[in-house]
Amino acid sequence: MSASMSAPKTRRLGNVLGLLRPLFDVLTAIVVGLAVGALLMWWFGYDPWKAYAALFRGAFGDKWGRADTLFAAAPLVLTGLTFAIGVRAGLFNIGAQGQMLMGALAAVAVGILPLPPVVHQTVTLGAAMLAGALWGLPAAYLKATRGVHEVISTIMLNWVARWLALYLAVRLLSDPNRAEKTVSVLASTRFSVVIPGSDLTHVVWISVLFALFIYWVLWHTPAGYGLRCTGLNQDASRYAGINPGKSVNLAFILGGMAAGLAGASQIVGRPPLYGMYTDLSTLANLGFDGIAVALLGRNHPIGAIFGALFFGALNTGTHMMQYQALVPLEMVRVVQGVIVLAVAVPELSKIFRVWSLFKGHQTVKK
Amino acid sequence: MIPLALVAMGEVLAERAGVVNIGLEGILLISAFTGTVGAFSFHNAWVGMLIGTLTGLLIGYIHGVISLYLKGDQIISGVAINLFAMGFVAFGIIVVWGVHGAFNLPLEDSLKGWTVLLPPATAGGDQRFVGKISVLLPFTFLMAGFIWWVLEKTAFGLRVKAVGENPEAADVAGIRVERVRLIAVLIGAALGGLAGAYLSVDWNGMITKDISAGRGFIALATVVFSKLNPLLTLLGAFVFGLFDNVGLWLSTNAWANRIGLNYFIRMLPYVVTLLVVAGVIGRARFPKAIGQPYRRE
Repeated sequence: MSASMSAPKTRRLGNVLGLLRPLFDVLTAIVVGLAVGALLMWWFGYDPWKAYAALFRGAFGDKWGRADTLFAAAPLVLTGLTFAIGVRAGLFNIGAQGQMLMGALAAVAVGILPLPPVVHQTVTLGAAMLAGALWGLPAAYLKATRGVHEVISTIMLNWVARWLALYLAVRLLSDPNRAEKTVSVLASTRFSVVIPGSDLTHVVWISVLFALFIYWVLWHTPAGYGLRCTGLNQDASRYAGINPGKSVNLAFILGGMAAGLAGASQIVGRPPLYGMYTDLSTLANLGFDGIAVALLGRNHPIGAIFGALFFGALNTGTHMMQYQALVPLEMVRVVQGVIVLAVAVPELSKIFRVWSLFKGHQTVKK
Repeated sequence: MIPLALVAMGEVLAERAGVVNIGLEGILLISAFTGTVGAFSFHNAWVGMLIGTLTGLLIGYIHGVISLYLKGDQIISGVAINLFAMGFVAFGIIVVWGVHGAFNLPLEDSLKGWTVLLPPATAGGDQRFVGKISVLLPFTFLMAGFIWWVLEKTAFGLRVKAVGENPEAADVAGIRVERVRLIAVLIGAALGGLAGAYLSVDWNGMITKDISAGRGFIALATVVFSKLNPLLTLLGAFVFGLFDNVGLWLSTNAWANRIGLNYFIRMLPYVVTLLVVAGVIGRARFPKAIGQPYRRE
């Protein structure tokens, strides 16, 4: 086919396909994940078609389902950004879980202070962002001074955060009337509900705004440019005068802010609790799910929004899936895990071999 | 101490060959689950241990194929395995036994070791029960020695170190880089699987959906602590295991509970890990080519 086209035309077509390639990789990964899930369900005697139909209906069928999908997606955008920003800088910040917990704690602590409405919300979110960023800094510091691999340091910080959060939630912040939760934040800092009867509050806009903010920082500011360059080639960037240490710090700060916001959103934006359960159950898994979201979104802020919507849909629909098809809701985690595993394979869509017709290079060696 | 040591020494082998396996946590978890299923279904603890080890081998193979042959990113592959494990084990417990979150293995199906008894405190009293020593304990020590011997004294060990330091040179010398790395990863993952089975079938006699509790990551820190020396992983695992146990013991202590000390004690293993990797207790030197997929230019 290439022979019959003139050279410039083929190149342009190749460019478009090059842009579409990541999308196809992601779609292929999703298909693979859903297929493996279906296989497992069938193996254990469930009906995959019924299950997936229920899943879709649960996530998108009525306006409450759609609202719940958005509600589930909102924090995932932010924790996804934490990981994505890190990857863009060439590092693996998987500390979103811990940074998010710190942000949530800060939100509860600040949320019970008496302040006028809009001011209160701003201060609460700001405190959460600060807390999240601060929690990421030890990892940044250790990496800069001691060369500690951030995968280990951020994970350790996650666990420390978990125990610290449990301690604070149970000991200092718990509700005197109801021991299973912390005190609820004051009305002056709460976000109002969008659709009555659902859990979706206006805090969801914060997620979108922050994602756009990150896009602007990374692609339209010098510091963001430096961050991305450091991620692509640290040595070349240093030679070009970009300070890799500054980029690493920026990545951790921005990532921590995102995660902190995610934590806060689950406090000030989550009716009717407007607080935390002392077993931290409302915040479980948001950090790790964020990694999956970021990978699906190819570590791009806009991609993270779509990835979060997809995962939000999966997490929402799974209740309907359990209700109608009797499939345990943990199955959706299996699907998510396989999708991420599939996304880990570079150029996964090469499985279909069609693209190699256009490029004509060697196939992967075994 | 045993699971940490086994996982860590296996990972030492893999990392010397240049492959990082972040998915160890996931391997621990899934193997703990499959080991329990095996022990329960066949009413034989040894079968459970075997199945757990094989599970580790299988997952290690997947990780190896993705990172070595498909040239995927080793860290992402590992993270994906962990995510998958979290869901799969929780799902599996429900599907296999119909219960949520945890399942207790009947006593006769779990691995029995040697019980340690002290002579009676008073004349005519009962023997005092101190603890249980697993059959895996001597095995762990032997394994550490074995891996050290392989690395330092065999041709294969030399090849492992070669592909970790300089895969290009090893390739030119005729060593099949991916194959050596894959074998190292498989051994490491199999040990991880064994450790996972130990966690459920031997030590705890039950499976919970988060039985690994970050041990896979602590093992990675143990690897750093041991400066990639399999013999030192025993020491590292012992230190971490010590903190772990102090924490567990303290959490049952009434005074400690009253002031909430147990929360901070539970933090200790992770804080110590941080200090260790920060080099407070010595820095490690990693092979030059670690974590990078090898591509023939």
